[in-house]
Amino acid sequence: MKFGAMKVHRRKQLLLVLFLVAAVGGATAFALMALNENINLFYTPEQIAKGEAPVDRMIRAGGMVSEGSVVRDAESLKVRFVVSDMKDADVTIEYEGILPDLFREGQGIIARGQLNEEGVFVAEEVLAKHDENYMPPEVAAALEEAHRKDGS
Amino acid sequence: MLNWFHRLGSPRTFFAMTSNWHPWLLALSIGLLLAGSAWALLFVPPDYQQGNTVRIMYIHVPAAILAQSGYMMMAGAAMVFLVWRIKLADMAMTAVAPLGASITFLALVTGAIWGKPTWGTWWVWDARLTSTLVLFFLYLGVMALRSAMEGREQAGRACAILSVVGVVNLPIIKYSVDWWYTLHQPASFTLSEKPAMPMEMWLPLLVMVIGYYLFFFTVWFMRLRNEILVREQNTEWVRTWVAER
Repeated sequence: MKFGAMKVHRRKQLLLVLFLVAAVGGATAFALMALNENINLFYTPEQIAKGEAPVDRMIRAGGMVSEGSVVRDAESLKVRFVVSDMKDADVTIEYEGILPDLFREGQGIIARGQLNEEGVFVAEEVLAKHDENYMPPEVAAALEEAHRKDGS
Repeated sequence: MLNWFHRLGSPRTFFAMTSNWHPWLLALSIGLLLAGSAWALLFVPPDYQQGNTVRIMYIHVPAAILAQSGYMMMAGAAMVFLVWRIKLADMAMTAVAPLGASITFLALVTGAIWGKPTWGTWWVWDARLTSTLVLFFLYLGVMALRSAMEGREQAGRACAILSVVGVVNLPIIKYSVDWWYTLHQPASFTLSEKPAMPMEMWLPLLVMVIGYYLFFFTVWFMRLRNEILVREQNTEWVRTWVAER
């Protein structure tokens, strides 16, 4: 069916609807761009290091838990760890409570809490961020084994 | 070709041509869903991090895919109705909206059930979850608008415009995980890229996705046939058809 063969009123109708969608799409795109900062669920360690995150206000911070950074208090549920963006920025997080099952070193997490004056993030809630990769335990173990052999 | 298209566009011809399709479609789709579920629940290995929680994916991911595809189909029918004024397209639009709403609801609920043990929360207002909730409300909006407006023609046009405009939400859902920092992870199931999981986990997911699509089409198709009968109930051919039963 060729476009030129369409009846005039149908073509007008088609163009009108396409125009409507384009207009609403454009308006939405501008609105989303204006709200960009607010749509991001969390601040990255880099943004916090640059001072883009507000101090003493409820915000979320996210990143990867650095290897070997988790320090648990022997007496209580207090825990302290560092999240990084895997590049150079990192932020220390303090939390008291039960961590999600998936919480491990090397795992992505998102914490909700406040950044204090010293730049330490005091969290009230810690969520584990899951990545899109799935594999059976044997495969994961084999990968880790291979990785270790590579390293040594 | 065009002639065939026009003939199929007539509710009566469509109804007559498709009279014995749905038992086959239903059997095939339910068979696929049963096979896929059994495979996913009994034979797929648990995930190295999530354990058995990973099995929720086999319900959730196809539902989320269908929620978006279903909307695309509804908007496509709306477009055809707006431009060519084919009544059958309006009926198809009416028939698909509650179906799309249900499957979006399923995606939201299974997502929450998966989120609690995995993330540590049922719900978070990140871009992916929020835009999917908007999709659910769009479906509900189309249904509500249809029942609120007087006059079938006007109601049909208003619903069609709402459906078509709502398409703007689909790229937002799809790219939300790339455009913004979200809690939700990027897509695990794509046909265009290398799967993010081994074959033994991916194949049953593929079976479930195909099963969901087929089931969605089948139920849509059966609802569309009902819608035709309801709308054409005062015509001669429907009376004859009913009398023959």
